[in-house]
Amino acid sequence: MTGDREGAAELARWRGRATDPDADRSRAEDASPEAVARLRVRSRALLRNLLRPHRRRLGGAVALLLAQNAAAMAGPYLVMLGIDRGIGPLRAGDPAPLVALAGAFAAAALIEYAARRGFLTLSARIGQAVLLELRRRVYGQFLHLPVGFHERYTSGRMVSRLTSDVDAIAELVDGGIDRLVVSTLSMLTVAGILLWLDPPLAGVTLLAFPLLFWLSRWFTRASATAYRQTRETVALVIVHFVESLRGIRAVQAYRRERRNQRIFDAVNDDYREASLRTFRLGALYSPGIRAVGNVMVAVVLGYGGARVLGGDMAVGVLAAFLLYLRRFFEPMEELSQFYNSWQSATAALEKLAGVLDERSAVPEPARPVPLPTGPGHGALAFRSVSFGYRPDTPVLSGLELRVPAGQTVALIGPTGAGKSTIAKLVARFHDPDTGTISLDGVDLRDLGDAELRRAVVLVTQENHLFSGSVAENIRFGRPDADDAAVTAAARAIGAHDFIAALPDGYDTQVRRRGGRLSAGQRQLVAFARAFLADPRVLILDEATSSLDVPSERLVQRALATVLRDRTALVIAHRLSTVEIADRVLVVDGGRIVEDGPPDRLITADGRYAALHRQWRDSLI
Amino acid sequence: MLAHRDGDLTPRRRPLRNLLRLRPYLRPYLPRYCWLLAAALAATGASLAVPLLTQRVVDGPIADRDPAGVLRLGGLALLLGLAEAALIVVRRWTQSSASVGMEAAIRADVYAHLQRLPAAFHDRWQTGQLLSRITSDLSAIRRFLSFNLLFLVLNLVTYAAVVVLLVRLHPALGLLVAASAVPLVLISRRFARTYHAASRRMQEQQGEVATLVEETAVGLRTMKAYGRGPQLAARFATGAGTLHDIGVGKARLLARTSALFDLVPNLTLGVVLVTGATAVANGALTVGQLVAFVSLQLMLIWPVQSLGWIIANGQEAATAADRIHEVLDTLPAIVDAPHAVELSRTTVRGRLAFEAVSFRYPGSPEPVLRQIDLTVEPGETLALVGATGSGKSTLLSLVPRLHEVTDGRITLDGHDVRDVRLGSLRRLVGVAFEEPTLFSMSVRENLTLGRPDAGEEEVRAALALARADFAYELPWGLATRVGEQGLTLSGGQRQRLALARAVLGHPALLVLDDPLSALDVHTEAQVEAALRRVLRDTTALLVVHRPSTVALADRVALLDEGRIVATGSHSELLATVPAYRAVLSAAAETPAVPPPRLGEPDGAGLVRS
Repeated sequence: MTGDREGAAELARWRGRATDPDADRSRAEDASPEAVARLRVRSRALLRNLLRPHRRRLGGAVALLLAQNAAAMAGPYLVMLGIDRGIGPLRAGDPAPLVALAGAFAAAALIEYAARRGFLTLSARIGQAVLLELRRRVYGQFLHLPVGFHERYTSGRMVSRLTSDVDAIAELVDGGIDRLVVSTLSMLTVAGILLWLDPPLAGVTLLAFPLLFWLSRWFTRASATAYRQTRETVALVIVHFVESLRGIRAVQAYRRERRNQRIFDAVNDDYREASLRTFRLGALYSPGIRAVGNVMVAVVLGYGGARVLGGDMAVGVLAAFLLYLRRFFEPMEELSQFYNSWQSATAALEKLAGVLDERSAVPEPARPVPLPTGPGHGALAFRSVSFGYRPDTPVLSGLELRVPAGQTVALIGPTGAGKSTIAKLVARFHDPDTGTISLDGVDLRDLGDAELRRAVVLVTQENHLFSGSVAENIRFGRPDADDAAVTAAARAIGAHDFIAALPDGYDTQVRRRGGRLSAGQRQLVAFARAFLADPRVLILDEATSSLDVPSERLVQRALATVLRDRTALVIAHRLSTVEIADRVLVVDGGRIVEDGPPDRLITADGRYAALHRQWRDSLI
Repeated sequence: MLAHRDGDLTPRRRPLRNLLRLRPYLRPYLPRYCWLLAAALAATGASLAVPLLTQRVVDGPIADRDPAGVLRLGGLALLLGLAEAALIVVRRWTQSSASVGMEAAIRADVYAHLQRLPAAFHDRWQTGQLLSRITSDLSAIRRFLSFNLLFLVLNLVTYAAVVVLLVRLHPALGLLVAASAVPLVLISRRFARTYHAASRRMQEQQGEVATLVEETAVGLRTMKAYGRGPQLAARFATGAGTLHDIGVGKARLLARTSALFDLVPNLTLGVVLVTGATAVANGALTVGQLVAFVSLQLMLIWPVQSLGWIIANGQEAATAADRIHEVLDTLPAIVDAPHAVELSRTTVRGRLAFEAVSFRYPGSPEPVLRQIDLTVEPGETLALVGATGSGKSTLLSLVPRLHEVTDGRITLDGHDVRDVRLGSLRRLVGVAFEEPTLFSMSVRENLTLGRPDAGEEEVRAALALARADFAYELPWGLATRVGEQGLTLSGGQRQRLALARAVLGHPALLVLDDPLSALDVHTEAQVEAALRRVLRDTTALLVVHRPSTVALADRVALLDEGRIVATGSHSELLATVPAYRAVLSAAAETPAVPPPRLGEPDGAGLVRS
C-alpha cells in the first residue's frame, strides 16, 4: 500500500502544480453539492429535450412493444386451447378447430415477429437520432465556446466528452426502452393480480417496498458518485493518451516511455478502480433486490401457510400467489439493470449538460451592429483596455491605442510584454476586463461572429492544417473561393512552387496535422489561407518564424502588396518583417513605451534603435 | 513488419481467432472464473429449489396442518433465498474484478506498444483511430467477456439438455425440435457475417468521429481565427450522420435476426402442437405427455431469443479484438539489434558520419534524402542549410533513429547507429525539434524528460544557457505545471525550455532544428553566446534558417532536394555558391519596401517617411 502512495506522490511531483486550481475540472464540473444537484436536474432536462421531437415515434415504439408482448402472451394460451379444444373434435374426425387454432397461433407468431422487428428498428432509430443530436449539440457548443474556455478545458477532455461519454449514453439507448417498458408493465400487471388474489397477503408484500426504497436510495447515491468518478478518470486516461501520442517524437527522442507508462498505468488504474466500484455496486444492488424478493417469498410462504391453516385462504391461491410473486420480482431485477445503465448514462449526461450549460465568456451580441461598408475601413481603437488571464496578474492595464485604417503597425518587445495578448483581443479570443476595443467605431462585442471573422484574421505560428487537401486548407480562408483564386493566393505568397511539386499538387492530402509538410511549408499554406481570406484587419503573430530566408523574402514581398490596403498588426522578432511597418510600437509590461515610424525611432536612439542595431549586426 | 496503412479498412478476417488470442489476459483470472461458474451453478440450483420447496410446503405441512413445519420450511426458503442472492453477489463481484482488470491490462499493453512504434507509424495513424481502440473497442470486449460468454455457455447447455429431455419424451417430436436448430444455425451464420462487416464499419467510423473531434480540438484557434465553426460543424455532422446511418443499419440487421430468432421456436411450437394433437387423437401420445413436451419446449424460447444479442455482442468483441491486434501485431520497426552495444558518454568522442544515406517515407514514391555523405568531426558544429522542404528536419530525425535510413548508414564513432542500444543512443543525442513539445507536467519534469537523475545544478545551468531562467519566476517555480493542462507559455519561452532540455547534461551530440527561430533578437544574441561555449566541445548538427545562427557553425552543408550540394565555411559558400546565397543571405536582396502611400487617413498623426 505504501508503495502505491509513494507512487502517487511521485506522480503528483511529475505532474507539477497547476496554476489554475480548477485545472483538473471545468468550472461546470464543480464538485459542490449544489452544482451536482443542478447538473443532475439539467441533465434530465437535456434528456427530455432530446426526446421531445421523438414523442410520436416513442409512442409507436411502446405500442409495438405492447403488441409484441400481447402476441407473445397469446402463444401459450393458444397452445392450451389447442390441447383442450382441438384434440376432442380431432378424435371425432373434425380437424377444423385445431386448424383454426394453429392458424391463430401462426398469426400470433407472425405478429410477434413483425412487432419485434418493428420495435427494435424504431427504438434504434430514436436512440441513434438522439445520439446524433447530442453529438452535434455538444460539438457545436465546443466550437462556440471561446479560446479561454478551451485553454482551461484542454483538448483531451473535449475528445473524452464526445467519445467516451456519448458511448456511455449509447449503452443506455441500446435496449433501454425495452427493459423499462416491459418490466414496468409486467410488474403492474402482476401487482394487480396479487391484489386480486388475496389483498391481505398482497398487503404483507408491501412490506418489501420500504426495503426496496432504501436499497435504491443507497444505490442512487453511491452509484452517482461512482459513475461520475468513472467519467472523470476515463477523461484523464484519454487526456494522457492523446497528449503522449501527439508528442511521440519527443517521447521517443527523450526515452520518456517508461515514465509515461507509469503515469498511464496510474490513470488507467484509477479508471479501473472507478469502474470496478460501479460494477460492484451493481453486483450488490441487483442481487439485493432479488434477496428482498426471496425474503418476501419466504414471508408469504410462512404467513400464507398460517392463513391456509387458519382456513382463511385456499391452498391453490397460495400456490398461485407464490408463483406470481416471483414474476413480480424478476422484472424488478431487470429494472435494476436498467437503472444501473441509467445511472451511468446520467453521469455522462451531467458532464455533457455541464458543457452545454457553459456560458461563453465572449458572447454573440443580441443585436449585432454591421460594420460600415465601402473602401478605406479598418480603423482600430483601444480605449483604456485592461486585461489579465488570471484576476491577480494583469497583462494589460489601461491601454490606449488608435490604429488608423490601412496602417501597418509592428509590435515589438520582450516575451511576456503583452503583444500576443493585444493580438488575441483584436481577434476577440477574449474580451477585455475593462475598456473597449472597436473596429471602425463598432465595439467588437457588438459585432456578429461571422462579420468579425470576415473583417479580422489572426495568423499565428501555430499553423494548423486540417486533414484534407492543400487546396481545401487554403480555401479555409474563404470557402466559396474557386480553384483559380486558391492558386492565385498560393502564387502571391510564393507557395505555388512547392505545392505544385507535391505528389498530387493542390490535391495532396495533408495527413495528421500536416505531418508530411515541413514547418515552413505549413506556414506558407497558412499565409496563403490568410491572403485568400482578404480581411480588413490582418494580425500576424510571429507568423514568419519558421520560414527560411527566401520564403520569408517572398512572403515579405507579398505582404507589401497584401498590407497596402488594410490595417495590420505585425508581431515579429525578425525586424525584417518590421521594416515594412508604418509605425512601430515597443511594448513592455503591458504598456506602450515607444511609438512612432521606424525611421524616427531608429534615430531617436531608444529601445527600438538598440534592437535594430542588434538585428543589423546579426545579419551578415 | 506487417504494413498497415491508415484508411486501410480491409480487416484480416480472422476476428474470432483474434478474440481467442486475448486468452493470456484471461489466464490470471481463470481460478476466479471457476469460482464464478460454481457460484452461478449453485445460485441456479438455489433458485430452482425454492419452487420445489413451495410444493413441499403445500403438499406436506399444510396438508398435514403442521404450523411448525410451515415455519421450518419457510425458514429454509428464507435461507435458500438469501443464499441464492449471496451467490449472485459472489459471481458478479468476482466477474467485475476479472473483466475490469483484463480491460485495464490490455489497455496498458496497447499503450506500451504504441509508445514503442516508430514515428512513421504515428504519421500514418490518426490519434482518434487509436483512441477508439483503447476505449470503445475495449468496452465491447469487456461486455462480451463479462456477460455474454457466460450466457452463451449457459444457454447452449440449457438448449442441449432440453433437447435431450424432449427426445426421450417423444423421439419423433424431439428430433423435430432438434431439427429447428438447423435454420437457427443458418440464420446465425449469415447474421454473424453481415453483422461483423457492419460492426467493423461502425467501429471504424467511431474512430473517424474521434479523429474529427481530436483534430478540431487541436486546430481550435485556427478555426476561431477564421470563424469557420459552421464549416467544421457541417463536416462533423456528416461524420456523425454516417455513424448514425451505420448504427441504424446495424440495428436493422439485429432487428431482423432477433425477430427471426423469436419466430423459429414459435413456429416449431406450432408444428409440435398440430403434430402432437394429431398424435394424441390417434392415441400415440397422452395429453399429459403433450403438455409436458410443450412446457419444456417453452423453456427454449429465451435461450434462443438471447442468441441474437449474444452473437451481436460477440461479433463486436471479435471486431474489437481484430482492431486491437492490428495495433499489437504491428512490430516496432526500430528496435535494438540482438548484438547492439551500449555506448557510454565518457568514451564517446562524437564523430558522426552519414554514409550514402537515403531515406524515403513509407508509402511515398520519392525519396526525401538521396545518397547523403556527410561527416561531423568530434566537437565540430555543422549547420544544415536549405530551402523549405529540402529534407533538413528529416535528416536530423535519422540520428536518434526516430526514422530509420532506407539505404546507407549513419555511424557514431564508427558504430552503425542501428547497432547501438536505442536507449544508449538516445541518451547520447540531445534533440530539439522545430516545434517545441511540452507535456502537461512540471517544468522540471519537462526538462529532465530523458535524464530523471539530473541534479539541481545541471538544471540551473541548462536553464541559464537557454536563457530560460524565467522558469524560476513562474508561480510555483520549476514545480509549475506547463503544457496543455498547465500554464500557457509563449512560443519563445517554449523554445527556450526545449533547448534547455536538449543541452541538459551535456549530450555527446546535439541535434537542433532551428533552435532560435522564435526568440527575439535580444534573447537570441544571449542564447547564441551561451550556446557557442557549449558547442565548442560538443558535436552538433543544426538546422539553420538565419544568417545569425549560421555563425554558430564551423562548417555549413547546403541541402537541395535531398542532396548535399555544397559544404564549406559560411563565407566560402557565400562567395562561391549562388544557391547558398539565395537561401541564406538576407543581403542578397533587401527586404521589399512598400511603395509610398498617398491620401490615407492618418489618425495617429504620424509622420510617414
